[in-house]
Amino acid sequence: MSDVAVFDRLFGAGGHTVEISGHLVRGGAQVAGRPVAVIGTWNAAAVDGDLALAVSAAVLQVVAEDAKAGATPRPIVFIADTQGQELSRREELLGLNGCFAHVARCVDLARRRGHPTLTLIHGEAVSGGFLAFGLVADRVCALPGAQVRVMDLRAMSRVTKIPLERLQGLAKDSPVFAPGADNYWRMGAVDELWPDTDEGWDERLAAALAAVASAPEGDRRAAIGAERGGRTLAEAVAAAVRDA
Amino acid sequence: MKIKRVSYFEANARARIAALVDEGSFAEFCPPELRHTSPHLARLDAPVAFDDGVVVGRATVAGQPVLLAAQEGKFNGGAVGEVHGAKIRGLLERAVQDKPAAVLLLVDSGGVRLHEANAGLIAISEIMRAVLAAQAAGIPVLALVGGSCGAFGGMGIVTRLCDEVLMSEEGRLGLSGPEVIETVKGVGEFDSRDRSLVWRVTGGKLRRALGEATALVDDDVASFRAGVEACLARPAPGRDAIDDLDVLLAAQDKLQRRRATLADARDGLDVWRSTGFPDPQAVPMLTAESFNQQLAVVQAEVRS
Repeated sequence: MSDVAVFDRLFGAGGHTVEISGHLVRGGAQVAGRPVAVIGTWNAAAVDGDLALAVSAAVLQVVAEDAKAGATPRPIVFIADTQGQELSRREELLGLNGCFAHVARCVDLARRRGHPTLTLIHGEAVSGGFLAFGLVADRVCALPGAQVRVMDLRAMSRVTKIPLERLQGLAKDSPVFAPGADNYWRMGAVDELWPDTDEGWDERLAAALAAVASAPEGDRRAAIGAERGGRTLAEAVAAAVRDA
Repeated sequence: MKIKRVSYFEANARARIAALVDEGSFAEFCPPELRHTSPHLARLDAPVAFDDGVVVGRATVAGQPVLLAAQEGKFNGGAVGEVHGAKIRGLLERAVQDKPAAVLLLVDSGGVRLHEANAGLIAISEIMRAVLAAQAAGIPVLALVGGSCGAFGGMGIVTRLCDEVLMSEEGRLGLSGPEVIETVKGVGEFDSRDRSLVWRVTGGKLRRALGEATALVDDDVASFRAGVEACLARPAPGRDAIDDLDVLLAAQDKLQRRRATLADARDGLDVWRSTGFPDPQAVPMLTAESFNQQLAVVQAEVRS
């Protein structure tokens, strides 16, 4: 279960206006005395088109408000808590993939307009629900206890034709395959693993946002994954194609 | 000149490229001789491919330079692993330097390669960022969807980031494959063995009616080529000339209105009915040409 106390730890009690509506997180807060927007999903949301479009609408609203006011673009803190995409025939029919692409495009617009973007994984971050906005952000932090994975092992077994028992065994020791925020850190897709304490979250958050502001342009995840030894081929192969 | 018909659905990735681009113009990057294979598949005793299931390179189409990536659906369902994904990302990054007329993504993929699931998921995220960066640099990115694996999972998202999506009726586009939905939610939610239902829910005619595919073409490579040539003949989308915020606000509105209009839709038949096709039941039997003619008529009626 998601716990709303997380916002008090992040922003200080009374230091935010974050509200939960169904599976949507929306509000504002102050970090180091400056305003940030808070947008996300909650309670292991199965992200459907309505929720995805609520997230994209919130992003566009922040971009539009700051543009209209001529204000410094606010950082956007995304809260990712999703069990993945909603699995249904209706969502497929209506193009849930297109809704996710739209969310990614909105986050990319915010980035190009100067909004620093940061994802905090709270609870779980799974597959398509994570791809849509969590993984598009400039920086990703896993809060204590965060789970990151691709897919339910039963479904994985049926698709790969590998017996469930073998997958369960492999999942225990393979970083490229196994669920876990630490594996995603090693592969360069998670930047910070927050230690399991209730203290100092406000300072960590301020430091993470400062790190976004000072980060070099471009997508450095593969290079970082190579440095950390979790993803040794991606950067080299991409470079070989770039320079061939 | 008589042109031999090559079924896009049945051709493999290399045959698609050969029939799509100007003869003799294709030059491959990281060809099979360099043996960029997946160590993760090898670890699972699964077969590897010397191109890791995707062919990337440069060519010309009607004399215009393009970069292209073709996924091999016959190898692990075209699924994206670490090497496979890095090749596509590298190609898109190269486009920012080379400034081709377009990048063509011949998508034929079920999404993330589950044997190396984490690396595949991250690779897809990197491809998404690279598509957006190429577009921001003014390079159009086109998706071609007509293979046996369709465009699903993360590659379904990537496809919908593209400027143009060319599909055949046989092409399928979505997020979660019918098999996954059936496994988790039951056969009552989605019967993955009902092939006509699968096509009505994910296929090219449904996606074209929704406006997600920008062209419906016949299942032969020459038709896809004609579609690509038509895209290349249009002026590239002027990224600087438009206010992206207004474009995205309009897209937001369109997606929200679709969900309201089609609140009870469960089948492509409901979409074709709502679009205005006079006989929705007959739509699956229409040729691409007849479908496009009827769609033009009903869209003209909506506008008038």
